[in-house]
Order: sequence, then C-alpha cells, then structure tokens
Amino acid sequence: MNTLRRFAGILWIIAGPCAIYYLVSTAVSEISKKPVTDTKIQWIVFVVVFLPIAFGMVIFGIYAMKGEYDKET
Amino acid sequence: MPTARTPGIWKVITASSVGTLIEWYDFYIFGSLATVIATQFFPRTNPTAALLSTLGTFAAGFIVRPFGALVFGRLGDLIGRKYTFLLTLIIMGLSTFAIGLVPGYQSIGFAAPLIILLLRLLQGLALGGEYGGAATYVAEHSPDNRRGYFTSWIQTTATLGLFVSLGVILLIRHTLDSDETKSIAKFNDWGWRIPFLISIVLVAISVYIRLKMRESPLFARIKAEGKTSSSPLKESFVHKANLKMVLLALFGATMGQGVIWYTGQFYAQSFIENVCKIDFDQSRTILIWAILFATPFFIVFGGWSDRVGRKWIIVAGMFLAVVTYRTLFSALMSISDTAHKTELAEKQERKTTLNFITKSTDAIRTSVTKKYFDDGTIATETKKDTVYADSARSTLKPDIRISRKLGGGGYWQMVLIVFVMIVYVTMVYGPIAAFLVELFPTRIRYTSMSLPYHIGNGVFGGLTPFFATLLTTIYTGDKLVGLTYPVIVGAICIVICILYVKDNRHFSIDNET
Repeated sequence: MNTLRRFAGILWIIAGPCAIYYLVSTAVSEISKKPVTDTKIQWIVFVVVFLPIAFGMVIFGIYAMKGEYDKET
Repeated sequence: MPTARTPGIWKVITASSVGTLIEWYDFYIFGSLATVIATQFFPRTNPTAALLSTLGTFAAGFIVRPFGALVFGRLGDLIGRKYTFLLTLIIMGLSTFAIGLVPGYQSIGFAAPLIILLLRLLQGLALGGEYGGAATYVAEHSPDNRRGYFTSWIQTTATLGLFVSLGVILLIRHTLDSDETKSIAKFNDWGWRIPFLISIVLVAISVYIRLKMRESPLFARIKAEGKTSSSPLKESFVHKANLKMVLLALFGATMGQGVIWYTGQFYAQSFIENVCKIDFDQSRTILIWAILFATPFFIVFGGWSDRVGRKWIIVAGMFLAVVTYRTLFSALMSISDTAHKTELAEKQERKTTLNFITKSTDAIRTSVTKKYFDDGTIATETKKDTVYADSARSTLKPDIRISRKLGGGGYWQMVLIVFVMIVYVTMVYGPIAAFLVELFPTRIRYTSMSLPYHIGNGVFGGLTPFFATLLTTIYTGDKLVGLTYPVIVGAICIVICILYVKDNRHFSIDNET
C-alpha cells in the first residue's frame, strides 16, 4: 500500500501544472471570446487564486512520493 | 479532553452555533438578494459600478474568505478563541446592518457601490475567521469520544443559515402588501433592506451570549503555561509536519466536501430555477423543505463518526454523490419537462397587451400563455417583442421566458431528490469539524484548520455554480455537463482520502506539539 501511495504522488505532482495549464488556456479562450473588463477580472482572480493551490498540489505530491504520509495511515 | 462528560457543553454549543448561524445568514442574504442589490447599487449601464459588482462577487468568496481565515486564525491562536470569534461576529453584524442602510446608486452615485463592495469584503473577512473559531472552541470543550457528535451541531449552522435567509426573504417578499405583485414591487424597492437590518438584533443577542462564555480550556491551559505559538502562520505553513497536514486536509477532505456542499444546495437550486424553469418561490421552497428534513442528519453522521470514524463516512458521502449526481439531476429535468405531461387544452389562457414606447409609434407586445397539465403543473410563457409602425420591420429574436409551477406530486418528488443531495452534504460535512481539529495541535489549530476549510469551501465549493454554468455554455449539447466539475474534484478527493487520510477519532486533541 505504501508503494501505491508513493507512486500516486507522481500523479499529484503532474496534476498541479495540468490544472494550471487547463485554467490558463480556458481563461485565454474566454477572455478572447468576450474581452470586457468583467471577464478579465474574474479570470485573473481565478488564475491568481488557483496558482498557489496548484503549487500546493505539487508539494503534496512530493511529500507523498517521499513517503511522508506512509506513517500517517 | 478526557472522555468524561463536560459540564456546560450545551451552553458552549448553543453560544457558538447561534453566532455562527447568524454569520452564515448574514453572508447568504447578500447572495440570495444579489439581483435586487445589483439593480439598487450596480447598474450595468455604469461600467465602474459593474466592475465593482464583479469584484464584490468574486473577491469576497475567493480571496477575502481565505485571507480572513489567516488573519483571524492567527489572532485566535495568539490571543484566544473567545475574543477572536466574538470580533468576527461583531464585524459581520455591523457590516450586514450597514448594507441595509446604504442609500442606492440613484441617491449618492458612485459612492454607493463602493461602500457596498467594502462592506461585502468585510463580510467575507469575518466569515473566514468565524467557522474555525467556533469549531475549535466546541471541539476543545468536547470529550474525545463524543467530539464528532458535539461539533456536528456547529455543522448544521451553514445549512440552517441558508434556510433562515431563504425563509426570511420569502416571508418579507410576500407580506409587504396584501396584493402579491405590489408586495414584490415594494420588496424590490425598499423591503430587501429588512433582512439586513434584522441582523443587528440577532447579532446583539449572540454577542451578549458569547461575552458570558469562558476561554477554551485547552487554549487557556497552554496560555497559562506560556506554550502558545508566537508565530502561528509560520508554524502552520512553513513547518513540514503541519504543512503536510494542511495539504492533506485540503486535497483529501475539504476540496471534495466543498463541491458536494455547493452542488447539493446552491447548484441544485440554480439548476431547478434556470434549467428546469421552476418559478422563483417554488425553487426556493423545494430547497427549504429539503433542508428542513435533511438537517438532523448532520447530527446523525457526526455522532456516528465517533463510532465508525470520520474518514469512511466522508468518503461514502462523496462516493454516493459522484456516482448518482447525473441520475438525480436528470430526474429533476424529467419531472419539470412538460413534454411528458398531458395538457388540458380547454383550460389554456392567452393574454396579449400592447404598451406604446414613449415618443414613438412602436409598441412592446407582451403575450402571456398559461398552459395547464393533468398533474397540476402550470407553465407560463411570456413572450415580448416589438411591434413596429413600419410593417416591414419585425423583432428578430423575441424575448421568451418560461416559468413552471409544479403540481403536488412533481413538487414533492423534487423535494425528495434535493433531500437526497443534502443528505450527501450531511455525510461529508457533519464529521468534518472533528476531522479537521484532530489533525492539528492546540497551539496552531485555529490557523491550520481555517485555511483548508475556506479554500475547500470558498474556492473549490464557491466556484461550483460558476464552473458548472461555464461548462454548459461551452458544451451546449448536454445540460448535465456542469456536473463534470464536482464529479472530477470529488473523485480526486476520494482517492486522496482513501490513500492518505488516517482516522484520528480516538486521538486526544489535548496536545501542544
């Protein structure tokens, strides 16, 4: 089980940048569809808020991969 | 805290829960009255006002709430739980009361939306600090073997706050005049202020109750021993041992819990109103009944988590939601779909009125068609178009609005479906306070548990209606595609919870390390 936990850590490390890529590309697409201030502000807020969360996901993945959560289960 | 019964626990629960319920009520009335507030303070014709409206909508929930968690969490770990969550209550109460007093855009112009924005941000800030304090305070008074049960009372407050806000708004909306149409017009004009003004009375009572309470025994002890944290933020988010628990709390619990909470209570209501086209009052009373029937389950699952553990109840709630959402929302659409019903054609009513546009020979034509169905459903179609004096011109796209009022059977079927979704909410949310407090030591508990809670609920949960609606505008062929967001977030959270979360229900939270 610990091997699975560590292996899954790689998934969480990848998930962070993937989520940001998806968010930024959606933001660009939505802003270009409707380039008004309202749209820009809301998407900038989303990207700014989700960046540290995605970074947190990467750290979580690193901890999982290093076995930091092994003893917690 | 030992496993023996704590004297005075019900006073602690009452004082904490009433205050937290009022804070949720204050926060939700703004959201529930967003349309009315927009017309009073944020006219779309003024770009600056519209910009402030967008900021108010997005900043209050997504930035200020987690920021409030940090500010007040730190304060709660430095000076104590009691005075911190007293402060959040006062800030919330005064901001809410003040919103009810601010003159509209027509009276004071640009200052009106600016003041409203600032007050809304203060509301978000206060909310960010309240929940962690209340949950920590109750948990630190509870015996170890009943922590899930006692903290579950705090967990009822968010849903009951929504319930009270919907109830108060509906009640006031229909009692300002004996004529329903006039009553609604009065409500939209000035009556909307009443729910905000009422808040000051509720807050005053709650502040009085909270002032009489003592500091949490665990915090009071570590403070007396000089063991409080001097830098709770650094200790919570820089020290690896705590940071890894903060991340686990977020990705393995609150992230999934947040989306289930918002899908079951907010997105469901929005879906019933906007996709199923159920009328304003019915879409709200459906939610009110469902909340009323489901709320006791917060206590049931909170108490049960003391026996079987928090983890598996939370996982089961998320799993059931992820697996059944599409079926449940599909059933909501099916119930409201008049194509499956038999129309009583002889009862159909049609009324057309013409209102001439000032200083013009053109007119607005409004055609209202009322159709009656065998199961008691009434569908009203209101079509507006312009009749031009120049007969060669015609409205390219008439404005058509459909509103359905369900008959008894369909109405109660919808109540049952929303009830099931709120039971899922009770499964994931009932045990979560106990789960979170058990992850962190007393000296940084308020700070450490508040942030993942408010990111999970404010950001992941709060964005559910937005992302769900966005998906339906991108993938127009599937009306249920909006559910993809809560299903994916919920599914990831289930995997992380199963793999990494440990059941701490037997742990004593009376620790300083």
